[in-house]
Amino acid sequence: MSQSSKAKTFMANHLREYGMLLALVAIMAFFQIVTDGTLLRPVNITNLFLQNSYIIIMALGMLLVIVAGHIDLSVGSVVGFIGALAAVMTVEWGMHPLAVIPVCLIVGTLIGAAQGYWVAYWKIPSFIVTLAGMLVFRGATLWLLAGQSIGPFPRSFQALSTGFIPDVFGLDKPNLTAIIIGILLAGTILAMALRGRARQQRHGTDDEPLVFFMAKNGLIALAIIYISYLLATFRGLPNVLITMAALIAVYAFLTENTTIGRRIYALGGNAKAARLSGINTERLTFLTFANMGLLAALAGLIFAARLNTATPKAGVAFELDVIAAVFIGGASMSGGVGKVIGAVVGAFIMGVMNNGMSILGIGIDYQQVIKGLVLLAAVIFDVYNKSKQR
Amino acid sequence: MDTILEMRSISKSFPGVKALDEVSFQVARGEIHALVGENGAGKSTLMKVLSGVYPHGSYDGDIVFDGEVMRFGGIADSEKRGIIIIHQELALIPLLSIAENLFLGNEIARNGVIDWHETFSRTGELLDKVGLEENPAALVDTLGVGKQQLVEIAKALSKKVRLLILDEPTAALQENDSQKLLDLLLELKEHGITSILISHKLNEIKHVADTITVLRDGATVSTLKAETGEVTEDRIVHDMVGRDMANRYPPRVPRIGETLLEVEGWNVWHPLHTERQVIRELSLRVAAGEVVGIAGLMGSGRTEFAMSLFGGSYGRNISGQARLRGQVLDLSSVSAAVAGGLAYVTEDRKALGLVLEEDILRNTTLANLKAVSRYGVIDGAQERSVAEDYRQQLGIRTPSVFQKVVNLSGGNQQKVVLSKWLFAGPEVLILDEPTRGIDVGAKYEIYGIINALAERGKGVIMISSEMPELLGMCDRIYVMKEGALVGELPAREASQEKIMSMIIKG
Repeated sequence: MSQSSKAKTFMANHLREYGMLLALVAIMAFFQIVTDGTLLRPVNITNLFLQNSYIIIMALGMLLVIVAGHIDLSVGSVVGFIGALAAVMTVEWGMHPLAVIPVCLIVGTLIGAAQGYWVAYWKIPSFIVTLAGMLVFRGATLWLLAGQSIGPFPRSFQALSTGFIPDVFGLDKPNLTAIIIGILLAGTILAMALRGRARQQRHGTDDEPLVFFMAKNGLIALAIIYISYLLATFRGLPNVLITMAALIAVYAFLTENTTIGRRIYALGGNAKAARLSGINTERLTFLTFANMGLLAALAGLIFAARLNTATPKAGVAFELDVIAAVFIGGASMSGGVGKVIGAVVGAFIMGVMNNGMSILGIGIDYQQVIKGLVLLAAVIFDVYNKSKQR
Repeated sequence: MDTILEMRSISKSFPGVKALDEVSFQVARGEIHALVGENGAGKSTLMKVLSGVYPHGSYDGDIVFDGEVMRFGGIADSEKRGIIIIHQELALIPLLSIAENLFLGNEIARNGVIDWHETFSRTGELLDKVGLEENPAALVDTLGVGKQQLVEIAKALSKKVRLLILDEPTAALQENDSQKLLDLLLELKEHGITSILISHKLNEIKHVADTITVLRDGATVSTLKAETGEVTEDRIVHDMVGRDMANRYPPRVPRIGETLLEVEGWNVWHPLHTERQVIRELSLRVAAGEVVGIAGLMGSGRTEFAMSLFGGSYGRNISGQARLRGQVLDLSSVSAAVAGGLAYVTEDRKALGLVLEEDILRNTTLANLKAVSRYGVIDGAQERSVAEDYRQQLGIRTPSVFQKVVNLSGGNQQKVVLSKWLFAGPEVLILDEPTRGIDVGAKYEIYGIINALAERGKGVIMISSEMPELLGMCDRIYVMKEGALVGELPAREASQEKIMSMIIKG
């Protein structure tokens, strides 16, 4: 195969992945220009992460749910409910955040498990179970808060979201720790990519042309270092960014390299075949929902910490943003298809658009319309691509 | 002879298979014409061509109905001419009433508003004609299969039927319901309605049919007239099965060892219709190095038996015992059955065997991920070498194991399913229709794989509707009918005639 035709077949197979990344870069470039550079200002970058962290964290769980062939509509209400629970426990009962956080995470997991139980073992459609959950936990939120907002949280609780990693070197700005972590992270990603490629070459399965490989990984490394530098010139790395990055790494590993991840894809791709291969499909479905509850609870804590108050409206319509992010990221409604990185990029695309349009002062009315069209366009692109392959 | 229907040299191909090869078929006006043949002989395909399910242009040859060449684009066209087919799986909507079902798609209505009065009174008349005493408003759901069958016929009558085709109408019926149905056919004949009856029950055919056409391997073998007295069961059986079998199966010298799997007193009930027993007191055994066949018609319960054995994947209230080398097997779940040493290769590889959108690699290791992982983390390199191994061993023809299985041919897909189960390391494999829908060359390779398994001391249970395949491959053959074993034959004593007569008479 000649070099150019090899590149062509590779592009055809991976158009979706690169397309997403390119779209994100293009959207960022566009807003960077039209906002006269506001988008990539350190303070705005920091905001971008703080604003989208909870969506991204939930998108990780939602990806698993959707890959398993289900949906979870209740996550927005769970965010509100857990925030309210945390507020009641810390503010009204005076419990220490270190006790409140694990309790909230456990409650979230139990909520997910309760819904997963009906979906997995009673075969009730997840759409209905979680629609019920959406109503139930929104109501429970109102009841817990008695219709009021509760706040503010103690400083140690707020650190969940608005805290920053302190500079160990005692310099003020730029924050050297942030830059060093950024460089280390970029180096690790590069090293892992190189190792993976060397391994593929040993087995003769490398299909990614060298130019693409270099360009992609080089750009990613540069982007990470640049962003950590930008963050360093403001207040350093937000705690939530670290949490989020760690979770992304964990879930990417889980989906790609573990037996449980593999089984979830098989379950979504063909549940009957998975069953007949000895996979306990019920337990697996149950676990994906329990996991979703856990992540929704974490998102609820982070969101409450960021607002510094629990309100009855917290988390309204979050489920839609989360689900949209997963579908923009290339997951299939019928299950079995979707990647963690895709969901994360999808969430960033939504986040950057929200942020950019807000900077430009575009009204919420137009924003909704544009976001809806982007979702539709991404899925049409998918379907078109698929029909062309056949 | 006054011919109502003539099908002239009909040929129809599917990818890799020639289903009909120059079939000619004539039906006289006002007769009951039986169409018989083994599973896969081409009866259903021929009827689908006739009724327009396979539209004009997708087959070769001509259909002449009432002296006119027909070009049906779909079922609606053939129904307009009065050709109506009643399928084995009834096409009634369970939660609608008899009246609603009778006129579904053909409602008595003005400007889209249904005239219920007229609908119910016409329904009453039609039910009278077929001898069914039921309220037209009764839900179809509440009727037994026999009565539903009559509703189907009433529906056909409502469409001014001239040629009625019944595909195994009595397969699911009790004795007296069958008798009623056959009497009705004879009565309709008095009223000038021509019928084509597809059936496996030779006694019924002898009872009602005026003419019998036998199909085999997609070709017409013979047409027998009842009036000439040439219709005997032996003659029909001979025509159905007689064919050349030389060299289609790779040779194997059986080396049969100790008994591996013994099943005793196996009973299974239907998962939905809980009063229906699907498997009755079934007992069988397989030895190491032995290939055991299970013969039977479709619907005889072979697949249901295999799946119920494989971790209760079918049915409810399963009872009975299975032992492997004398040890009682835990068959409470699929994973327990796999751990106990069983593997089941499904007859429906696309729906039940493969994750189509995933690649060969992932499908190969799916049933035994533990073997390529440590602490739940998959060792990519090891997994790859396993998949690569099986690809070469079984001769899966693709450039790499990263090919999605949806893009593979039937034969290669079947080899992927086999790879998956070989990698799970079973002692006994149940192969359900292992060569269905794959071409002759790939069949031969699959047979080779089965022989190799037996030579390695595995026990193989082979379920197949193709009798020559069972005769060519097996050491011993069980014959199954209506959920029970009705016979057992060593392969050297077995013949298609013997098996067929066990099924039909037994």
